Amino acid sequence: MGAAEQYITLYEQNRDTIALHSPSALNAPREEAFRDFKRLGIPSLKVERYRYTDVEQVLKPDYGLNLSRLAIPIDPRKAFSCSVPTLSTYLYFVINDEFRPEVTHSKPLPQGVVVCSLAKAAEEHRELVERHYARLAPTRKDSLNALNTMLTQDGVFVYVPKNVALSRPLQVVNILRADVSLMANRRVLIVMEEGAQAQLLFCDHAADERQFLTTQVAEVFVGDRASLELYELEETHSLNHRLANMYVDVGEKAQVTLDSITLHNGLTRNRTDVSLRGAGSTVNMYGCVVADKQQRVDNNTLIEHRSPQCESNELYKYVLDGEAVGAFAGRVLVRQDAQKSSSREVNANLCASPSARMFSQPMLEIYADDVKCSHGSTVGQLNEAALFYMRQRGVSLEEARLLLKYAFVGEVIDSVRLEPLRDRLRYLTEARMRGSLSNCEGCKVCR
Amino acid sequence: MGETAGIGNEYVREVAAKKYEYGFTTDVETDIIEKGLSEAVVRLISEKKGEPEWLLDFRLKAFRHWTSQRQPTWGHLRLPEIDYQAISYYADPTATKKTDKGEIDPELMKTFDKLGIPLEERMALSGTAVDAVMDSVSVKTTFRDKLREKGIIFCSISEAVKSHPELVRRYLGSVVPYRDNYFAALNSAVFSDGSFVYIPEGVRCPMELSTYFRINARGTGQFERTLIVCDKGGYVSYLEGCTAPMRDENQLHAAVVEIAVMEDAEVKYSTVQNWYPGDSEGKGGVLNLVTKRGLLAGNNSRLSWTQVETGSAVTWKYPSCVLKGDNSQAEFYSVAVTNHHQQADTGTKMIHLGKNTRSTIISKGISAGESENSYRGLVRVARTADNARNYSSCDSLLLGNRCGAHTFPYMDVQNNTAIVEHEATTSKISEDQLFYCNQRGIGTEDAVGLIVNGYAKDVLNKLPMEFAVEAQKLLGVSLEGTVG
Repeated sequence: MGAAEQYITLYEQNRDTIALHSPSALNAPREEAFRDFKRLGIPSLKVERYRYTDVEQVLKPDYGLNLSRLAIPIDPRKAFSCSVPTLSTYLYFVINDEFRPEVTHSKPLPQGVVVCSLAKAAEEHRELVERHYARLAPTRKDSLNALNTMLTQDGVFVYVPKNVALSRPLQVVNILRADVSLMANRRVLIVMEEGAQAQLLFCDHAADERQFLTTQVAEVFVGDRASLELYELEETHSLNHRLANMYVDVGEKAQVTLDSITLHNGLTRNRTDVSLRGAGSTVNMYGCVVADKQQRVDNNTLIEHRSPQCESNELYKYVLDGEAVGAFAGRVLVRQDAQKSSSREVNANLCASPSARMFSQPMLEIYADDVKCSHGSTVGQLNEAALFYMRQRGVSLEEARLLLKYAFVGEVIDSVRLEPLRDRLRYLTEARMRGSLSNCEGCKVCR
Repeated sequence: MGETAGIGNEYVREVAAKKYEYGFTTDVETDIIEKGLSEAVVRLISEKKGEPEWLLDFRLKAFRHWTSQRQPTWGHLRLPEIDYQAISYYADPTATKKTDKGEIDPELMKTFDKLGIPLEERMALSGTAVDAVMDSVSVKTTFRDKLREKGIIFCSISEAVKSHPELVRRYLGSVVPYRDNYFAALNSAVFSDGSFVYIPEGVRCPMELSTYFRINARGTGQFERTLIVCDKGGYVSYLEGCTAPMRDENQLHAAVVEIAVMEDAEVKYSTVQNWYPGDSEGKGGVLNLVTKRGLLAGNNSRLSWTQVETGSAVTWKYPSCVLKGDNSQAEFYSVAVTNHHQQADTGTKMIHLGKNTRSTIISKGISAGESENSYRGLVRVARTADNARNYSSCDSLLLGNRCGAHTFPYMDVQNNTAIVEHEATTSKISEDQLFYCNQRGIGTEDAVGLIVNGYAKDVLNKLPMEFAVEAQKLLGVSLEGTVG
C-alpha cells in the first residue's frame, strides 16, 4: 500500500473519531481537504516545490496517532528545562499537538490578548477562528496542507487585539512525547490586529527517542501597521521528521521578521509563504542551519510582493558537515502592481565535509518594471587565508575552523532582536559546532 | 519621456519600419513530403538521404522512444499546442535541380545573397566558410577545398554520413543521446541536415566556420543536427545564424547541437538567433526548442557558448557543458531580448565532473512589451570534481511594465572543495543614466540603445567581429518602440 492510500484509509476508518474529538470550526474544512488529498496524492520529487524532500518516504512508516485525544502523562517542566533561561517570557507548552492549559508564568497577559488551545478558541472565540482558520493555507494546491487539515485536531491560537503590544515575548515550547512512533498534526493560528506588536518564540523539542513526524500548518495574519517577530528554533533528534508550512499575510506598513533556526533534527522541510498584501510593508526572513550526520534540512520560501513599496530581505546560511544534505529554494515574486518593490535575497553555504551536499535555488520572478531586486548564492569552504592568519597566531586548526564557522552563522544570529535569545543562540550554535551537544540541550530525557 | 522619444534614432526607425527584415519567402520548387509523423516517415527520410542501416536504426530507436514520451511542461512558457502530425518533416528546395552538377538554383543563391550570406568564394575576403542550410537540405558549403588541405572536414551531415561514416557513427548521439529529452528524441528520429565539423589533432582552423539556417517552406519544421568534433589540441570558432519567413502559423525548430572537445582543444560556438518572432500581436513565429550540449572530454579542454537571442516566438534551450576532463574550462555568455509577446526560457547547465574544472556564466536578459524572459541554469558539482569553481551572474533589465523577467538558478554542490557563486539583479534602466544622456543632448531612445548596448557589452565583446556588429543592430531593432 502506498503512503497516500495509508492516510486515505486511516481517514476513512476514523473520520467519526476525529470529528468527535475536534471543534466544529476545525471539522468544517475537513471533508474538502480529504477530497483534495485524495486527488493530489503525495507530491513526488518531480513536483518543483518538493524536489529536494522525498515526502513519500517520510510519510510511509506506520505512525501512531492520538485521535481519541488521550491524555499524555508528562510534566513538561520536568521534561524540559528552558533553553533560554535568562529570557522572561509568557511560557506555554504543547505536548505533541495538545496545548497545555496550565499557566506557567505569573504576570497576566495584557487585556484582550488570547493565547490558548485552538480547540478551546474555536468554542470561546468562535467567530474569530471561523473567520481566519484555513483561509491562508490552500488545501486545493498543496497536499501537505490537505493532509494536515484533514487530520488536525488541535494546536495553538494567539490573538493580539488592535494597538496592543506584548511587553514580554510569548514562548511556546512544543514537546514531542510518545512510547511508540507518533505522528502529530499541529495547527497554529496567529491573528494580529491593526497596530498590534508581539514577539513569538516557538521551540521544538523531543522528549523521547522515538520516531516522530510532525506536520504543522501555521497561518499568520498581520494587520496594518502591526509588528511581528517570530522565531522558530528546532532542537530535536535524528529520528524526528518535521513538515511545516507557514503562511503569512501582511497588511499595510506592517513589519514582519521571521527567523528559523535548525540545530538538531532528522529531516525538516520548512515552507514559508509570505504575501505582502498591503503597501509599504517590510518582511525580513532569516535562517540558520547547522547540520551533520544524516540530517536533512530543506527551507522553501516564497515572498510575494502584491502591493507597491514593499521591501523584503532574506538571508539563509547553512553549515553542513558529515553526510548532511541542505536545500534552499527561495522564490521572490513581484506582481505587476507592486511597483517600487525592493527585494534582496542571500543564501550562503559552507560544505565542511566531502559527503555533505547542498542544493541552492534562489529565484526571482518579476512582472513590474520599477523594482530593485537581487539575489546571491554561494557554496564554498572556509577561507584559507583566514585560517592561515589564525594559525600563524597560534590558534589551532580545529579552533580556527570553528571560529570561522561560528562567525559565518553569526550574521544570522545577530539579526535576533531578543538579547537573551541571541546570547543563548550564540552559546547553542557554538556548543553544537563543538560537538558537545549530541542531542538537544533543552530536554532532560534523551540526554 | 514622450517628446524626446518622438525624434528617435533614425537608423533604428528605418530598420524597424521594415519590421522583420528577413521575412520574405523564396519561390523555389521544393520537394515536400506528406505531413505527419510515423515510422514510415522516418524510414522515408532515411531512404531519401540514402542512409546506412545503422543510422536508420538510430532514427527508429529514437522515434520509438519519442512516442513513449510526453511533451514537457515545466518551462516558464505558454507553449502553444504543437500538432506533430500537421508538420512536414522533410522539405528539399534543391530537389529539382539535382541533375546539374554542383550548380545551385539561382533563386536559392539570391535568397542567401539577400540574407547577406556569402556563398560565392568571391566573398573570400570575409574569411568565413559557410554551410547554408535551407529547410531540410544543405545548399552549399564554401571553402571546402581550402579546409581539406589542413585535414579539416566541414560539410553537411548527410554528406559526412557517406564520406566519413566511422566518425559520424562514433560521435552521433554521444553527447546528446536520443533519450535525452522529448525534443532531442524527435530530432534524432527526423533530423534532416545540418553541419558536420571535424578538426584533426593539433590543427587550428584558419577561418571561422559558419552555418546559416533558413526555414522557407510553409508547414514544415526545421530539424537540423550539428556535430562538431575537435580533436586533441585543435581549435575552431563556429558561428550559427538563422532566419525564417513571416508566417502567421507557428513553425517548429527542434535542433540538436553536439560538440565533443578532446584534450587541449578549444571550441567557440556563437549563435545569433533571429528566427521570426511573430508579429506584435503575438501571432506566428518560430518555436525554438533546441538541445545544445558540449562534452569537454579531454583534460585542459575549453568550450565557450555565446548566444544572442532576439528572435523566435518561444525560445526554450539550455546550451550546456559537461566538464569531464580535468582542468577543463567552460563559458556561457548570453543576451536574450524579448519584445511584444515573445517568450524565452533559456540558460545553461554546467556539470562539473573533472578536477579543477572552471565555468563562467554571464547572462543578460532584456524584456520589453508583454514578453516573458527567464534565465534558468543548473550548476552541478559532482563528488569527483575537486576544486571546481563556478561563477554565475545573471542580470535582467525591464523595459515596460507589462513584461516579466525571471531568474531560476539551480545549484547542486556535492564537493566540499568547490566554490560556487551566483548573483542576479533585476531592475529597469536607471533614471540617472537616462537623465545624464538627455542632459548631453542624447534623445531618450538613443540613450536607451546606448545603455542597453553597454549593458550587453560583456557578452557582445565575446562575439566574432562580424557577428558583434549584426548583434548590436539586432538589439536596436528588437527594442524599437519600447520607450516612451
